[in-house]
Amino acid sequence: MAVNNAVLMRRELLTRLAKLYNKGELELKIDRIPLELRPKGSQASRCCLYKDRAMLRYKLMALLGFNIRDEEDELTPLSEYVRRAFERTEVEREPLTVVDEVCSACVKTNYVVTNMCRGCLARPCMANCNKGAISFENGQAHIDHTKCVNCGLCMKNCPYHAIVYIPVPCEESCPVGAISKREDGTEQIDYSKCIYCGRCISSCPFGAVMEKSHIMDIFKAFAGPKKVVAMVAPAIAGQFKAPLPQILGAIRELGFDDVIEVARGADETTENEAREFLHKMAEGQAFMTTSCCPSYIAAVQKHMPEIKPFVSDTLTPMQYTARIARERYPDAVLVFVGPCLAKRYETYCDPNADLMLNFEEIGSMFIARGIDVATSASMELEKGIDSTSRGYPVTSGVMNAVKTKIGDRYEVRPVLVNGLNKQSIRELRGYAKSCPGNMVEVMACEGGCVSGGNVIANPKIATRQIADVVRMSEQE
Amino acid sequence: MEKKLIVKICTGTLCYVMGGAELQLLDEQLPAELLAQVEIQGSPCLDCCNREDSQGAPFVKVGDRIIASATIEKVIDAIKNELNA
Ligand code: FES
Repeated sequence: MAVNNAVLMRRELLTRLAKLYNKGELELKIDRIPLELRPKGSQASRCCLYKDRAMLRYKLMALLGFNIRDEEDELTPLSEYVRRAFERTEVEREPLTVVDEVCSACVKTNYVVTNMCRGCLARPCMANCNKGAISFENGQAHIDHTKCVNCGLCMKNCPYHAIVYIPVPCEESCPVGAISKREDGTEQIDYSKCIYCGRCISSCPFGAVMEKSHIMDIFKAFAGPKKVVAMVAPAIAGQFKAPLPQILGAIRELGFDDVIEVARGADETTENEAREFLHKMAEGQAFMTTSCCPSYIAAVQKHMPEIKPFVSDTLTPMQYTARIARERYPDAVLVFVGPCLAKRYETYCDPNADLMLNFEEIGSMFIARGIDVATSASMELEKGIDSTSRGYPVTSGVMNAVKTKIGDRYEVRPVLVNGLNKQSIRELRGYAKSCPGNMVEVMACEGGCVSGGNVIANPKIATRQIADVVRMSEQE
Repeated sequence: MEKKLIVKICTGTLCYVMGGAELQLLDEQLPAELLAQVEIQGSPCLDCCNREDSQGAPFVKVGDRIIASATIEKVIDAIKNELNA
């Protein structure tokens, strides 16, 4: 994700939260965090310091794992939520929550008359508005928001370009129309449509859409009697400026009893995907699509029913890894460490995996513990993992692994869907009738998992590092 | 040949997470004439962060000057300054 202040603020909050926890002072001092970040006399980023602080408080509530809308009493201190977080035994199914106070900043009517309006005689804006939404006050056009239907004709017809379009960034970025305004201007997410791509989170300039973090549940697991095991997505290899064995070592240092590479599960995904492909081709099916991106799977289920028969039944690397981990550690708390919201949802649904930490969260935990990945002790990599499995997180990575496995047993004609958006979803649906190849790899994020919503490294750099790791494992 | 100006980008975990990761693209965005005059290095923790809070991260060292809350634009400006000094 492109780094901006909203992203950095989220990391800052996570880091402070983790630091207080480590010192045993979370309950005591969490309510001070908004004050420390917006102290008296500092500059407010919105209307006033108090509103800034209220926003930070709500964001912390999300990081504690709560649904902000569930707040019953505005005076309930964060310390109370800390207590409740330690008491709960379940995390929430739906991973998103919206800071309403922030999002009402976007207007429902997308068209606004600016001061450039000259109040001309022709008034084409008014003449072209079919809804009679435009009137003139003090010689300037005015749009009646109760009548406007956002058709944009006024803007198109204004000779002075005096009417501008103001987007609602989250709505604009959502490829499936799952986020929209309520009457009161706040945003609501329709989970019957949401595909967990996380675009709304990244696109909101105020950081109003938040993920409900599992960080408290993980702290609780560390403090409890059970073993805690991390299952780390291969995309991690591109996230820090250190070799993979050290990154895994650093994760272990956080308190995990074991760290398992999800690339191990990717071996099984490749194997089964290849077998399934050969089987499907023998049966005369036109094509098969991969199934490792949970955002794509949600998109198929909710928006592309015609593609369903073509999606492979093979499990994702995370799901296979969770199975393996469960066998090795029947009683442990299994934590998946991954790049995106979609994987948080997948973790929730998986029968074996328990909790999820994204890369930002793990980065913040490192900072809070003073762990510098580059000076951490290396962990020995598991032997025998296929090099192509470590290449999964980059677009074409899964295709490459499966194609290599199939070898000359069948001619694979690859199609890559690199990023889900309105257009690629339309194209994909068309594949049900005619597909330009016989194997389709779909990744919801452009560039692959290295571009997931919660990555730390720039995807270009991460892609290079992943390539290095693949090369290194080839030589093994 | 003239000695090159050393630009050290902190790749310590704190700086990296707090926005330093983006600075890895400095070499791509530096105008060619400047790129020829500098040597860009990644550096382990520059010891500018106090590890207690992330104020000021990410850090970059341009010559002997420490740039706090570094962005690519800020670093480019600092490089220009140093080279003209
Ligand atoms: S991590 Fe950058 S100065 Fe310490």
